[in-house]
Amino acid sequence: MIDTKTSPLNRAAEAVARSTPSRLVKRVTGLSDRMVAWLFIGPTMVLLLAINIFPLFWAIGLSFTNYRANRPNEPVESVGLRNYERILTDPDIWIAMQTTANFVFWTILLQTVIGFGLAYLIDRKFRGHAFWTTIILVPMMLSPAVVGNFWRFLYEPQIGLFAYAVSFVSGIPPTEIEMLSNVSLAPWSIIIVDTWMWSPYVMLICLAGLRSIPDYIYEAAEVDRASPIRQFLSITLPMALPFIMLAILFRGIENFKMFDMVNLLTGGGPGSTTEVASITLKREAFEKWRTGYSSAFAIILFVAVFGLANIYVKALNRVKQR
Amino acid sequence: MSLTTAHSVVVPSTTSKRIAAVLIVAYALISIVPLLWIFATSFKTPPDSIAYPPKILFQPSTEGYCNLFTTRTRQTAEYIASLPPATSFCDEVTRKRNMVIAGPSNFLPRFVNSLIIAFGSTFCAVFLGTLAAYGFSRFKVPLADDLLFFILSTRMMPPIAVAIPIYLMYRELGLSDSALGMILLYTAVNVSLAVWLLKGFIDEIPREYEEAAMIDGYTRLQAFWKVVLPQATTGIAATAIFCLIFAWNEYAFAALLTSGTAQTAPPFIPTIIGEGGQDWPAVAAGTTIFLVPILVFTILLRKQLLRGITFGAVRK
Repeated sequence: MIDTKTSPLNRAAEAVARSTPSRLVKRVTGLSDRMVAWLFIGPTMVLLLAINIFPLFWAIGLSFTNYRANRPNEPVESVGLRNYERILTDPDIWIAMQTTANFVFWTILLQTVIGFGLAYLIDRKFRGHAFWTTIILVPMMLSPAVVGNFWRFLYEPQIGLFAYAVSFVSGIPPTEIEMLSNVSLAPWSIIIVDTWMWSPYVMLICLAGLRSIPDYIYEAAEVDRASPIRQFLSITLPMALPFIMLAILFRGIENFKMFDMVNLLTGGGPGSTTEVASITLKREAFEKWRTGYSSAFAIILFVAVFGLANIYVKALNRVKQR
Repeated sequence: MSLTTAHSVVVPSTTSKRIAAVLIVAYALISIVPLLWIFATSFKTPPDSIAYPPKILFQPSTEGYCNLFTTRTRQTAEYIASLPPATSFCDEVTRKRNMVIAGPSNFLPRFVNSLIIAFGSTFCAVFLGTLAAYGFSRFKVPLADDLLFFILSTRMMPPIAVAIPIYLMYRELGLSDSALGMILLYTAVNVSLAVWLLKGFIDEIPREYEEAAMIDGYTRLQAFWKVVLPQATTGIAATAIFCLIFAWNEYAFAALLTSGTAQTAPPFIPTIIGEGGQDWPAVAAGTTIFLVPILVFTILLRKQLLRGITFGAVRK
């Protein structure tokens, strides 16, 4: 006779029942899938509402006032749209936006060229490529602030390694290579560090793109006797383009927000030659304490990133569909 | 990943492979020079660190590490001569520079803050993210796509813009300069990435597994706990590394919202100064200690990391 109580299924069920207290079992088995769904998604939503959405609306509210965070007891007056009006007509803000655009343009250009180049070379699959890929990836894992801070030392005109290496190659005396205090070199000091850190990121995404191109396309091109340059221009580049564009999107958003390195390397100086939007925002909000004004600026920045990213994603989707 | 077969006509030629190898190795070596320089500087004495031309060969010293962990005061030679003999290497080095150790520096507490905040927020973000990702993956959630896009778009905001209202809110709630406040903030920032990555991983686990378990009498929660979670461990680990790297490296929020008790290492390290300027060996020592955990992670877990980066980026 078969004892049903010892069948493996029953034993498993019993073990489960024993491991959960009976009251919990009752409650748990009573949960519908819909309840479980909200139980699972709810906490994340509550956290995002509390830490992202609520402050965002608070900032929108503040942007219509003249509130100053360092004088919480002063009466707060509503100023309507005056903050927005002032920001959009302030030449300094436009200069900061131009500086930011300049940074975004050059960092993306350099990182895309270097990143794609590296990916293309690594895709030759020479022996040991996996090891060297890991080495190349290391800079992007590190803290931009902590490593960026150390670059100040490398940039020191006389004692810094960077100035020494440049003077060794170019013959310019090392005391004249003032990367951080020279008006025309300071923007490049930041672009160089950012490119050093983030080209590997572009490389990784491009590598995924290159590896997604099926081999039979190249085989067909070989059969048709297409030259390597022709293959590169009409197969490799167009098929990797959506990936390159994606990398540009991610780097674009990140560099629009750029703060860490600029704050530590130049702090916006010399003068205001490297004052990007984030630095202006920090000065207005946490040094001049014009909270209402800076909230309005923050909202404008957010709308700008969001709008530009959306337009870009539309273009990206069109490229993908081709 | 490789689709090439031995007889494929598209295998790169030996020459092109050689050229590629030379260029990649050259780039890799140049790109790690700054990191090697940090490491080397941390073992230099202050005079060696600012020598011209920069010293590649030098007598290693742990003075930088001594200076990193201590605060020192200048004393007269007579006072130092009157002290009992130095008990440790750090004592000895400090006295050679006509100084005595006054006490421990703030580096260790700041480093511990970094550990608490990074691991605390990573745990919370992965915990919440796994639940939410499962919810989005398996149930019909109204407006799911909009919610997911919205969750992700919260990362597009410049940190300074986010910090203004957070600063005011934390001041009202008494969370300013507190580890709890930073953990909450980093969790909120990371959970968006965690949900996005983990949903991809959980989508790949066949629903049939849980359904079979539920037919066997498991409830939905038991099926999630005993069937889905064990399958998702790789994805959860990869996500956790990303969250940890973000929280460990974060600077902007930490610099604006913490100043004392809850300050993390990234805003602290740039403030390490010696007499007459930045004490570069001490900064390098702090930087080295701060970077080592991430370096070890990167090298040990590179496969998961690679998967996570390309995965997160390449998905629609």
